[in-house]
Amino acid sequence: MVNKLIFANLGHRPLRTFLSVLAIGVEVTMILTLVGVSYGTLDASARRARGIGADIFVRPPNSSAMGLTSAPMSDKIVGLLGAKPGVVLASGTDVVSLGGFDTIQGVDFSEMNKMASTWRGPGDPIKGGFQFLEGGPPVGDDDVIVDEFFAKQKKVHPGDHLTMLNHVWNVAGIYESGKLASKLVKIDVLQRLSGSENHISAVYLKLKDPNQADDFVKQLRREMNPEDPDKGYQIYTVAEFTSQLSLNNVALLKDFIYVVIGVASIVGFIVVFMAMYTAVLERTREIGILKAVGAGPGYILNILFRETLLIAIFGTIFGIILTYGTQWLMLHAVPASLVQETVYGWWPIAAAIAIVGAMIGTIIPAMRAVKQDATEALSYE
Amino acid sequence: MSDAQTPSIQTAAFQNLEPLPAPVSSPPIIQVRDLRKIFHVGEVDVHALQGVDLDVARGEFLSIVGTSGSGKSTLFNILGGLTPPTSGTVTINGKDLANMTDSQRNELRKHTVGFVFQKYNLLPTLTAEQNIQIVRDVAGRPIAFDENFKEVLRMLGIEKRLHHKPRALSGGEQQRVAIARAIVNGPAILLADEPTGNLDSKNSDIVLNLLRDLNKRLGQTILMITHNPEAAAYGDRTVHMRDGKVL
Repeated sequence: MVNKLIFANLGHRPLRTFLSVLAIGVEVTMILTLVGVSYGTLDASARRARGIGADIFVRPPNSSAMGLTSAPMSDKIVGLLGAKPGVVLASGTDVVSLGGFDTIQGVDFSEMNKMASTWRGPGDPIKGGFQFLEGGPPVGDDDVIVDEFFAKQKKVHPGDHLTMLNHVWNVAGIYESGKLASKLVKIDVLQRLSGSENHISAVYLKLKDPNQADDFVKQLRREMNPEDPDKGYQIYTVAEFTSQLSLNNVALLKDFIYVVIGVASIVGFIVVFMAMYTAVLERTREIGILKAVGAGPGYILNILFRETLLIAIFGTIFGIILTYGTQWLMLHAVPASLVQETVYGWWPIAAAIAIVGAMIGTIIPAMRAVKQDATEALSYE
Repeated sequence: MSDAQTPSIQTAAFQNLEPLPAPVSSPPIIQVRDLRKIFHVGEVDVHALQGVDLDVARGEFLSIVGTSGSGKSTLFNILGGLTPPTSGTVTINGKDLANMTDSQRNELRKHTVGFVFQKYNLLPTLTAEQNIQIVRDVAGRPIAFDENFKEVLRMLGIEKRLHHKPRALSGGEQQRVAIARAIVNGPAILLADEPTGNLDSKNSDIVLNLLRDLNKRLGQTILMITHNPEAAAYGDRTVHMRDGKVL
């Protein structure tokens, strides 16, 4: 019977019900989208790292797992590392920020193409590597190659021009995404433009035998960080590096997520509070009627909290559906900028946050309803 | 069924209804002694009831008549356990209201006292049937109607209007649904506050006849508050109130 009353009440004020569901849906979407983008961005970074084909990354001290946007290492290190026994290829890269998470990367394309392929030494055929969907590798100093997501987002084709770092670039080719940054240019040109001649951001190493990567890393850490192998230059196998690209290892991102969850929860709480407060005011007389026929505080609280629970559940479902909408939007509107994943593990978390927030938002209106004087409520117009 | 078609008394329907069991001894079902109620309005004390004494016998249909401000509605609210008295004693069916907790007052309203209000006070989002059923649900009883109660619904002439919401019912129909709701849990006392106050004369007659029939045929104790002497005449006895006192 209580369920019938709740559904009847929700149906009686469809706009209020819809707005409440929408607000909780937006709260859930905010949480799931942010988490999805965080996971998606980290996973995309990991995919791109794996797509490089290197066995070992050497990064400067104090660099962030999320990206490299400075070039503090001398490029002489590339030759030194390349000369190590077991190393078949060493290639340096220069990463320059274009603002936010957007970067442009300078590489030696022929080396990186070898790195990304199955090549393991002289005599090996180069299979795999960069796959061009349109155009081809950079030839001139002003040439840039872009990945398919960037090309789609910016609607560029070979022959088009792009202005980055106050420089006009000629789009030479569009490659299949999943390797390095979304924009690649010649390393020496980028070093010159960014004022970091002879300096690099990281070195990628390819070994003759990839199974020796762990031992090689240990040895290299001892050599490059003689005081403490775990401090100084950051030297990782690809597996180690990609495992670092998780939410728990990116402290700022985790804090940011918590802040957004906090804001979303407050928004949900306020909306439900307002909605239920209005509902209790609107139903003053009805609450009086229920009290007149003997309904106690438990019965009235049961009605209000179950109504809130229902709104929160509908809102959560709506929010999850809405999250697929944002995912679709990002995939089609900004495929090169943001990658959103569906993180199923966060569905119950987002639902719990929405439901608990909504329940807390109902406490004060519910207490008001319970304390309402029946005779005054019955005379309420 | 429209109001015009509603029989004033469907006596045939009553043949199947059993009157409430008569008690061996008959102490008053309602006993009020020196009842006082003071409302604090701002800095002013309003003495709504000033020492009311009243006995209502089991099975009696009592009309309380008084002008606006005479204290009859305050008496109604106290007898129904909706508001506590300031002083005095009120015994309902052998239980002293003064010593009751809120929970016990709720129990009183669930099982002992039924209300009929001037403005019907039906829940607008529920159908007529659901408005009656929810009272059973509040009392923790099964919501399905038994045969006896279906007879009552037929007697009230609303058995074919049960699936309509209040807004689709006439005033007379709404008040008859309110009467059904008030007696669905078999209360010992039916309190009616100006039950015809919002009705035209034809519907007033129907409702008053139904109340009288409930009293005569089922032995339902009824205490009706009204300002209308004609309506009061339907009762067995009329008590007049003025300035918070029974005359």
